[in-house]
Amino acid sequence: MSILIGRDTRLVVQGITGREGEFHSRAMLEYGTPLVAGVTPGKGGQTALDGRVPVFDTVAEAVRQTGANTSCIFVPAGGAPDAVLESVAAGVKVVFCITEGIPALDMIPVVEKVRLAGAHLIGPNCPGATSPGRAKVGIIPGSIHREGRVGVVSRSGTLTYEAVQAMTDAGLGQSTCVGIGGDPVIGTQHIDVLRLFAEDPETDALVLIGEIGGSAEEEAAAWAAEHLADVPKVAFIAGRTAPEGKRMGHAGAIISGGKGTAASKVAALEAAGFLVAGSPTELPKLLRVAGYRG
Amino acid sequence: MKIHEADAKSLLVAQGLPVPAWAVARTPTQAREAAVRFLGDPGNATKKVVIKAQVLVGGRGKAGGVKLASTADEAEDIAAQILALEIKGLPVRRVLVGPAAEIVKEYYLSVLLDRATKRLMFIGSAEGGVEIEQVAVENPGAIVYEHVDPLLGLPDYAARQLAFRVGFGPHWKAAAAIAKGLLKTMLANDADLVEINPLAVIREHNADGTPVERLVCLDAKVTLDDSALGRHAGLEDLRDLDAEDPADVEARRYDLTFIKLDGDIGCMVNGAGLAMTTMDLVKRAGGEPANFLDIGGGAKADRVAAAMRLILADPNVKAILVNIFGGITRGDEVARGLIEARAQQVRDVPMVVRIVGTNAAEAAELLEAARFVTADSLDEAAAKAVAAAKGVAA
Repeated sequence: MSILIGRDTRLVVQGITGREGEFHSRAMLEYGTPLVAGVTPGKGGQTALDGRVPVFDTVAEAVRQTGANTSCIFVPAGGAPDAVLESVAAGVKVVFCITEGIPALDMIPVVEKVRLAGAHLIGPNCPGATSPGRAKVGIIPGSIHREGRVGVVSRSGTLTYEAVQAMTDAGLGQSTCVGIGGDPVIGTQHIDVLRLFAEDPETDALVLIGEIGGSAEEEAAAWAAEHLADVPKVAFIAGRTAPEGKRMGHAGAIISGGKGTAASKVAALEAAGFLVAGSPTELPKLLRVAGYRG
Repeated sequence: MKIHEADAKSLLVAQGLPVPAWAVARTPTQAREAAVRFLGDPGNATKKVVIKAQVLVGGRGKAGGVKLASTADEAEDIAAQILALEIKGLPVRRVLVGPAAEIVKEYYLSVLLDRATKRLMFIGSAEGGVEIEQVAVENPGAIVYEHVDPLLGLPDYAARQLAFRVGFGPHWKAAAAIAKGLLKTMLANDADLVEINPLAVIREHNADGTPVERLVCLDAKVTLDDSALGRHAGLEDLRDLDAEDPADVEARRYDLTFIKLDGDIGCMVNGAGLAMTTMDLVKRAGGEPANFLDIGGGAKADRVAAAMRLILADPNVKAILVNIFGGITRGDEVARGLIEARAQQVRDVPMVVRIVGTNAAEAAELLEAARFVTADSLDEAAAKAVAAAKGVAA
């Protein structure tokens, strides 16, 4: 079944004719993702990707004509919050926003509208998600995956690739890998993804990857202790050596007032039954130790 | 981006908030002139001025950066002392001079971005004038939280509710208006924090000498969202380049995220999470990272070369670890950048390179031809870099 994206996904890409949008749309299509439409205002009626994908002026039109139910946004930061609102207004229930550099205050009313619409927003500033063998949405390289039953949730991009590659190399396939993004205001947190995995009959084990800053990992850990007690779960936290008071690249990755340290996150995860790795390459081995036999 | 107290106060005044008069002085003479003005003001109940260092770190008072003066001579002397200070490594280039307030009561009020709820949140306390973190530990019940509606902002009733809950007493009306003004300041400038500590009831004198009390913003701290600076004319000018390493400025020019640390192994990585992980693994292998450096997605050869210059500008660096997991970033582009950078390298520092993902095979070919030391796994790369920094073979 997988979560968020799978066999029933019908994807519309907002900003499909831009440089990034076109490049990654091609990769998504080549992976086998059902990419049914693109949207670029003013280019409705044209096609993208060598005539393979119809382009519409609005998401509403794309939804009406193609039955799109999932969107992926490559619109620049100034227009990306509006692009999310457009998707949600058109009835799209799963929205991935890849765009980085969106001012945090712009996202506050947007995530509220998404919540009220009962939709899922992943990102912004996220790499997207892959349900191996079914669909990939976003910018994660398709080659690192293998089909399987381990669910992966992570805040970052390349660190996720590192962890997933290690899993694939060890023969451990994934049900869905979700990169939730490193911005301070994001639509979906670790805990939200764990809730989805908990409901997914095709996910038997979990990998959680986090980093310093905030308390999202602690909240996810507390929820997992209660609702995912019997599921083998492992974790990795980046930023053990990060100094206090410095923003480590991601807007949210900062230890302030002694809060948000790697140590407190590791402690919370261990207390919740996660085995926490010292390196992403140890995750597959730890998953075996945790009892995963897949 | 952090900005100085005086600049933060200007942003508050622009939104109509009550802030006592102040002046900024860059020399003792300027401080004297300002002191003459404030000491001669009949409304100044204390007949004193306060002189405050403008530096972007906390703990100014403890470092001797905040002092009172009763005469113009004294103000000049104190300003000279403070302008000669270095506080937590930062030189004091400016002081703020203002009337020393007669404080009746100190409150705390701030509005900030609460990541957990994805909303803005007010924090208020009747125990102001001390660090709010300390209050949170010692007397958490004295702190009041009030979320801002993501679609409506702070309606009047919510502002009043906040004022009454914090306990502003007879000053509740002014407090509610100030709360709304803080939110306006936040939204108008894309701030992530607007903090007033203390928000104080002060006593002043009317022209006829009768005392009056009013609620004012005595101190102000504002931090701005870097992602939004581009859409606010003038805010970029508030950046204090003294508070930044020259490397920070260079890094911003090339769209690199660079943070200098104390170790001796330079790190060049794509992606923030992976960059932190690379530092962690260097430490785990027994070394100390010299920096955090994220070259971002899709880096081309020139950005890689700039990153290398930044790393090598740190004289402590004894070895360099390059870790690239290509997604958007193409491994061969990075390899070309490294080859170019090494050709221009002024000093000979051993380098360990690990490139996987997009175009890794092409990268490996280039690196091999150029005789780079390479590694397959991240753990192996970290171990080799640590050994190289110690001058031994891994």
